[in-house]
Amino acid sequence: MNINERSLTTLSTMSAQGSGGTLNHSDEQAEPSSTFSIFALDYKKHEDLKQMLDGNKDNLKLEAMRRIIGMIAKGKDAADLFPAVVKNVVSKNMEVKKLVYVYLMRYAEEQQDLALLSIATFQRGLKDPNQLIRASALRVLSSIRVPTIVTIMMLAIREAVSDMSPYVRKTAANAIAKLYALDPELKDELVLIITKLLADKTILVNGSAVQAFEHVCPERIDLIHKNYRRLCNLLVDIDEWGQVTVLSMLTRYARSQFVDPNKTFEDEKKAFYEDETEKNDDEDEEEDSLDKKTYVMDSDHRLLLRCTKPLLQSRNSAVVMAVAQLYYYVAPKSEIQIVAKSLIRLLRHHREIQTIVLKSIASIADKHKQIFEPHLKSFYVHSNDSGLVKRYKLEILTILANASNISTILREFQTYVLSPDKEFGAQTIHAIGRCASTISDVTEACLNGLVALMSKKDETIVAESVVVVKKLLQINPSQYSEIIKHIVRMVDKVTVPTARASILWLIGEYSDRISKLAPDVLRKMAKSFPDEETIVKHQILNLAAKLYVVNAKQTHLLVQYVFNLAKYDTNYDTRDKARLLRALLFQPDKCPALSKNAKKILLAPKPAPNLESVIRDHDQYTLGTLSFVIGQKAAGYKDLPDFPLEPPDQSVRNVEVIVPSTPQHDLSRKSSAIAGMTTGGKKKSGTDEKFYSDEEEETSTEGPDTDDEEEEEEEEEEEAEEEEDGEEEEEEEEDNDDNGQEKQKPIDKKIKTNEYEQLDARPTNNVEPEEEEEEESDASSEEEESEEESEEEESSEDEKPKSKHVSTVAKSASNITVSDYTIPAIEKSLLEMDLEAFLGSTSTTVQTIPSKTTIFDDLNDLESLTLTSSVRQYDCLNRITGQGLQIQYRFPRTKFHQSPKMVHVELIFTNTTTDKDIQSIKFLKAKSNMNIQGFDEIDVLPSGGTSVASIGIDFNDKTQPALFDISFNDNSLPTSLSISCHVGELFEQKFLNEQEFNQNLARLRGMNEITDKITINEVQMSKLNFTTVQTKIVQCANVTSVPSGSGDSTIFRFSGQTISSKSLILLTIQLNTLQSTVNLTINSDQIVLATMLLKEIKQTFP
Amino acid sequence: MIHSLFIINGSGEVFMEKHWKTVVSKSICDYFFEAQKKSANPEDVSPVIATPHHYLINICRNNLYFVAVLTNESAPLFVIEFLHRIMDVFEDYFTACTETTLKDNYVIVYELLDEMLDSGLPLVTETNTLKELIKPPNLLRKVANLVTGDSTNVSDALTSSQLSNIPWRRLGVKYANNEAYFDLIEEIDAIIDRNGTTIMGEIQGYIDCCVKLSGMPDLTLTFVNPRLLDDVSLHPCIRLKKWESEKSLSFIPPDGNFRLISYHIGSQNSISIPIYVKHNIQYREGSAGRFELTVGPKQTMGKSLEAVAIECAMPKSVLNCTLTPSQGKCTFDPVKKVLTWDIGKIETNNQNSTRLPTIRGNITLAAGQPIPEGNPTLNVRFTINQVALSGIRVQRVDMHGESYKPFKGVKYITTVKNGRFQIRT
Repeated sequence: MNINERSLTTLSTMSAQGSGGTLNHSDEQAEPSSTFSIFALDYKKHEDLKQMLDGNKDNLKLEAMRRIIGMIAKGKDAADLFPAVVKNVVSKNMEVKKLVYVYLMRYAEEQQDLALLSIATFQRGLKDPNQLIRASALRVLSSIRVPTIVTIMMLAIREAVSDMSPYVRKTAANAIAKLYALDPELKDELVLIITKLLADKTILVNGSAVQAFEHVCPERIDLIHKNYRRLCNLLVDIDEWGQVTVLSMLTRYARSQFVDPNKTFEDEKKAFYEDETEKNDDEDEEEDSLDKKTYVMDSDHRLLLRCTKPLLQSRNSAVVMAVAQLYYYVAPKSEIQIVAKSLIRLLRHHREIQTIVLKSIASIADKHKQIFEPHLKSFYVHSNDSGLVKRYKLEILTILANASNISTILREFQTYVLSPDKEFGAQTIHAIGRCASTISDVTEACLNGLVALMSKKDETIVAESVVVVKKLLQINPSQYSEIIKHIVRMVDKVTVPTARASILWLIGEYSDRISKLAPDVLRKMAKSFPDEETIVKHQILNLAAKLYVVNAKQTHLLVQYVFNLAKYDTNYDTRDKARLLRALLFQPDKCPALSKNAKKILLAPKPAPNLESVIRDHDQYTLGTLSFVIGQKAAGYKDLPDFPLEPPDQSVRNVEVIVPSTPQHDLSRKSSAIAGMTTGGKKKSGTDEKFYSDEEEETSTEGPDTDDEEEEEEEEEEEAEEEEDGEEEEEEEEDNDDNGQEKQKPIDKKIKTNEYEQLDARPTNNVEPEEEEEEESDASSEEEESEEESEEEESSEDEKPKSKHVSTVAKSASNITVSDYTIPAIEKSLLEMDLEAFLGSTSTTVQTIPSKTTIFDDLNDLESLTLTSSVRQYDCLNRITGQGLQIQYRFPRTKFHQSPKMVHVELIFTNTTTDKDIQSIKFLKAKSNMNIQGFDEIDVLPSGGTSVASIGIDFNDKTQPALFDISFNDNSLPTSLSISCHVGELFEQKFLNEQEFNQNLARLRGMNEITDKITINEVQMSKLNFTTVQTKIVQCANVTSVPSGSGDSTIFRFSGQTISSKSLILLTIQLNTLQSTVNLTINSDQIVLATMLLKEIKQTFP
Repeated sequence: MIHSLFIINGSGEVFMEKHWKTVVSKSICDYFFEAQKKSANPEDVSPVIATPHHYLINICRNNLYFVAVLTNESAPLFVIEFLHRIMDVFEDYFTACTETTLKDNYVIVYELLDEMLDSGLPLVTETNTLKELIKPPNLLRKVANLVTGDSTNVSDALTSSQLSNIPWRRLGVKYANNEAYFDLIEEIDAIIDRNGTTIMGEIQGYIDCCVKLSGMPDLTLTFVNPRLLDDVSLHPCIRLKKWESEKSLSFIPPDGNFRLISYHIGSQNSISIPIYVKHNIQYREGSAGRFELTVGPKQTMGKSLEAVAIECAMPKSVLNCTLTPSQGKCTFDPVKKVLTWDIGKIETNNQNSTRLPTIRGNITLAAGQPIPEGNPTLNVRFTINQVALSGIRVQRVDMHGESYKPFKGVKYITTVKNGRFQIRT
């Protein structure tokens, strides 16, 4: 489509040029093909949209965005507007921004490189004080499906799960599934995050957390244990969509964690009989069986049933269905009935809901008839029900039919048969047949009724009746020879193939009862044989064969005739059948054994067919799932697990430790860890583990009681802090201990109402709960922190006194005695510089500044001299396209004097021709949106000569190439040049001392940090020292090293800042000689650049 | 979850599409069209259609089809319910959800869809919250926008209600007149057989509210006879525990219109049908078929039947009907073969059978067509104001939490949803 457009429009311009450009605009529009002009118009439209977007009026932008959204909504392609749209992601106008987000989510996947331009905006958004902006930034970031930003997404999610706003946490939970879809390899990390979210205290988050759990790691059922009771108790307060997910997860959980409540009853019976027969058994065995008899439902199992029951009153049909599903699979048989009423209530909902609910009811009713019997009338068919609804209702009525209600059902069926919907009528007849075959009392009456129906005028009704009657007759043929005769007489009237085939089969089968009629029917059939349907032809052949066996004398010729007709039939099944029967009947020499028994073969007594539902239920799939509805396995469908035979350990759900919430607590923990170390032994390892990874430890509580108690003692304090939840949990534990739930109930209720009151109270004093949450999330984030980080934290704490010291030094200004550091000469003066500049704002006099800057510049020059060897040159115009002029460029890594935001680029012009000079090389204009400071005109470049010019480009901290035009030799056509910037060249050196470095590092944690690990061999490792590492890094990026104060020779730090936005980039390289690994860490606001830089640095290490 | 959504109009044109994940080509809808073609009636399309790689779940409302595309197993009711919720929101925003309103407001539609689903997972579905995020269109704003040339759907001040624990109500609601209206509507669902006996009779009741109260009102609604309500579904705002223990509805209402509770009184409870229809329908060859109906009220508790109408789908072989009603007017659609008799109001006091509305006349059958076997089914519609057939009454509505005195009003209506009250003849 797009290509078409373009080619067409180019065609149009060509044709216009071809005719000498005389065609004016109206002529162009009056082109013969109408589609053509539409395309042309379409193309133009995009042009003006681009203009509107490029302008700076918000109104126009908004209008343009609206039109673009209109195009997307209609399914038209708007991909070519991507560059124009993506720029507006920074728009201040909320709606423009929103629409750009919509656009991005639609097209980012197709234009990944350009989409990266927008990432920085989202990252900024992630730190916005407004929770909604944070959330929407995260939402878009996770929705644009660009695999290269997986790391950024991961960081963003990790950050967001400890956000203080539950709304942001919810968004983060949603984002997990998206990230997982993008990169399934991140599963392990995501599972950790999910674990944290599952334990979240806010109901808003829980639903989404479980959703993420279901997407990423449904098999990690162990993660649920600790949250199980809380989820059960909070279930009614979760939003309706979350409830559906949680319910289906809990169903699965219950199936894997509790024993079958129904099966044990059967066991009981068995055991009972066993007792009778094997009285002399060992006492041990008897004890065993006694154990089995007394089945007591796990209190958690009971809790689940109790907590889900109120949800049957939800207005959302999906929730009701999910509860019904849970009861169907998990509840004892005696309790399933409570779902019936609610399911029937759903029948008042929309047609689509009715259809699916009815299908599910049919399936439940098949197993538990009694629960729907009282509601029989609810399944009576209205004449304007949709076809599917009618069919399912009929099915349910048939299932529910029994001796006591059959008469009402049959009366109802009678009206259905007469319904103008003939297909439904036919289905009803089939249903009548089913009732007749299952309930013997009414077989006779049904049969008579059906025979009466056969005299109706409508063909489909008659045909269906015949088919059903045929099946019924097979059940008990001897009684009904009159009916058979009646049917045989109808053979001329019935035209529907299946009915004709049924009649013919009947005649053949019971020809002994109608010996006179049968040959005559065959005669008629032989006459019409060529015009019959295949199915009828087969039955004619059958009839012929059977008659021949019984009454060869009368029918011999007729049979031969029919077989001959069949021999030349177009259908090869018919031909095959004829061949088979002929061999069987007329060629006894071929296989005598078979021929001898032909009669037995053909007229063998056949078992009566079992009348089955036309819509077979798909019992193999879980009730209410997609697979269940479509009757085939849908992608991602998983069967419910069977109940375990032995009840798994219940104690896993006991919650001893409730995630604590204050920093003091953290301290107490640390001290306890230390105490543990001193006491040593087993205890030590336990606490250690807990310190680092709380959750896992919790989930795998298998420990002996004594140990637990000790731990509990320690955590008494913490539990005291947990007021609300702790109480609740304790209640449950008590609940666990004694099974008298009746007693517990009032207390439970009380707690519940308390909760509600709180719910109501919250909005009135909105501030308080927020603060609480903040504290909580803070604490939990601290806990989640990895070992490494906490170590670093400690180290930074250690450094605090030192930092004080340094700052005092700084205050004493001019005499800089940073004696701790061993700094190379140049850097030292740089340090001086920086400190001076730092102080400048407070105390330095004005005069000192210029002199210093000159020094600085000199130094820079000096540096550029020393570095030139490592500066690479890149081609931007080769000598062939440049007609002898060759241009290369390089990054001298010095400041561009005209503007500090520009990257200094040197262009090297070489005249490669041997005989002519190139004249007046001029910079014309920048083509991309970047600011480019051009070079002065070069008048003459003699052949073989070289000239160097400096230009400044403001890359705006992006790696997009800069495009600009130059001209030379006074050519009319400009030559386009493109300079692409290596990521490392977007930085400039920024000197920091170690303390400053650490300060900034602390600021740029989390979201702004990326790390990587490189494994290298030992030989290489031994070669790594400060110089080698520095060379490598400096080759990659224009950064400077940070002098190490501690003298640690395994950590190297480098710092720099981006040229345009002056945002810091901090590089830490840590050599780990033991494991032969190099850890790279980059901290920066500009995480995109950081990611790219990291990749580049990684490549320099062997 | 939901991968993409296509909105299709009655004539089978996909006029809007939205993708939450990788784009799925429009051509996927062909499977839906195919299924539609196969079924005789557009209503009969299976709500779930399996295609080789995707699963289509569709709903049909107001002659619009919403087709959702899924790639993975997920509960179909979840999706169906959600699609209906989307339509509800659209109806709330644009008063009616039709092709024209959707096309006129495509930007808002798109913004809403974006807000409601986060890559296929439901995010914000409460209209109260949505309206804070995205302003609904209204005439005043349209005019203002035209004048100032400044238009935006997105509210400038960002909502904060996501933080509160009651997502269905926004903060800072203010009204000059504080009023709360409760409409208790009961719909009869019944089948009457040809002898006039009630085969099946159920009541579906709702309380639809229009609450315009400032601040954070906490309402309690009690019934005179809550015993009758044994099968209910509740709006999430209702405190379940209170309902279970006291059978009173205690809630902080959403702002504006919403359905508070819906209840179902099943067929086990006998209900008294307030209307009867005497009928005599006979077919004969030619134009000699007879058609006669008489409608009368019965046990209406002194209230009159209003907006009575009878609809009758005649068999295909009926060519025409020439009928004269004694009250109201009667039309016959010879294409759809539907006879409609709009009767209007029937007063209760004229029990005199001669003055009851009647319709009489002949039916002409197409020549050569067989005489139909079954008589047509009559669909009856009517409304009774000020009566709830089940006898449920609201005792009182109390308000706590705010100091002003609101106006409270309760209204009872008994009515019939189209096609749910059938008389077999």
